[in-house]
Amino acid sequence: MREISTNTIIDAVRKITIEASYDLGRDVIDAVKKAKEVEESPVARGILDQVLANADIAKDEQAPMCQDTGLAVLFVELGQDVHIVGGDLKEALNEAIRRGYTDGYLRKSVLGDPIERKNTGDNTPAVIHVDIVPGDKMHIVMAPKGGGSENMSEVRMMKPSDGIEGVKEFVIDRVRRSGGNPCPPIIVGVGIGGTFEKVAYLAKKALLREVGDRNPNRFYANLELELLEKINRLGIGPQGLGGTTTALDVHVEAHPCHIASLPVAVNTQCHAARHKEVTL
Amino acid sequence: MSEEKKKITTPLTDEMVEDLRTGDQVLISGAIYTARDAAHKRLVELLDKGEKLPFDVRGQIIYFVGPTPAKPGQVIGSAGPTTSYRMNAYTPRVIEAGQKGMIGKGEMGPEVVEKMKKHKAVYFSAVGGAGALIAKSITAAEIIAYEDLGAEAIRKLTVKDFPAIVALDCHGGNLYREGVAKYGKEL
Repeated sequence: MREISTNTIIDAVRKITIEASYDLGRDVIDAVKKAKEVEESPVARGILDQVLANADIAKDEQAPMCQDTGLAVLFVELGQDVHIVGGDLKEALNEAIRRGYTDGYLRKSVLGDPIERKNTGDNTPAVIHVDIVPGDKMHIVMAPKGGGSENMSEVRMMKPSDGIEGVKEFVIDRVRRSGGNPCPPIIVGVGIGGTFEKVAYLAKKALLREVGDRNPNRFYANLELELLEKINRLGIGPQGLGGTTTALDVHVEAHPCHIASLPVAVNTQCHAARHKEVTL
Repeated sequence: MSEEKKKITTPLTDEMVEDLRTGDQVLISGAIYTARDAAHKRLVELLDKGEKLPFDVRGQIIYFVGPTPAKPGQVIGSAGPTTSYRMNAYTPRVIEAGQKGMIGKGEMGPEVVEKMKKHKAVYFSAVGGAGALIAKSITAAEIIAYEDLGAEAIRKLTVKDFPAIVALDCHGGNLYREGVAKYGKEL
């Protein structure tokens, strides 16, 4: 049994909370650069230039790359041989978010109740997913999620007879209907299988993969590439103003499912694809 | 569509709006006002009651934005556009009251476009997710109403060469549709 104190967790998560908003991943920056080289629309190339310049400013000046610094989504892999000391784990994670959003001058975008709609003032509570894994370490991913792209996401309980063609059609149609709203170029997280709640989790988890990373299963790797190509033929382009760069990547995650079901989820991620991680 | 950027200064007149066409790249200078969902709701409630708005909206541009807090010494934090369709429920009413321009991201609905054509108004797209870059063009910021809304308070911004693209014009031009028609390919 290894002990990890809540203070260690608070310090580490506070740090990656701020870093996630200031420092866009190299994989995303490289993908935008590569897309710009083949983008057909001059207006779109200008927009991609602004995206790249923005990422540089954010990193150099330690400023949030986007004003929507998101709702904090935390993925925790907790080793079963870890003993957390010093307090409540979820309380510690929320304290880290509270400190990160305050100290990092990040926007507080969380409402205490969806109908009453009063801001909690410190961006808590976070959405926290905990998975118990073997070992004596703790791995935490902080993935702040903006509202604009999250609103362009969807779960559909499809029929087994809809098959793979139905899945493709749904994913492409979801992107088409989203147009410029989710800040394209987007990254598309797709979950297939599981149950109603599991499939949404899979789609979100898919967004944590690096741009260019392929599903280890060859069938799903090919599906990712096919969907990416088709999505970029839609013509939506950066900000929806026309162009050949609509998505930077598509990540698919599949899971066993019920004989009656074919759940599919699309979680849309804007180009400010933020996630930072730490292992304790 | 012109490659050269058009410089425009607020407030906007009918003639200035009529001169703008989809695809035009513009640099906006002067005063603009910020409002998102919650502030728009209050503005429309005032209009419905026949009461005065907290600022004179005639000829003005409203920027759909909720900035991050300014660090010490900064005028404003990061300040890119939010998604505009959420304002479809409110913007037609504010255009009737004299608003001439909107800045946001993503397409606005037919109910907005109809009022834009009738009352001469224009919709600009800024680059969503470029909040740190856009903040560079904001030279002053002052909360003028609804401070209780925090990031959603109404601010008067002074901008210099704020970069935007005409996405919907008062002649019915729609860059979202034109873009897909031009760059879309068969699946």
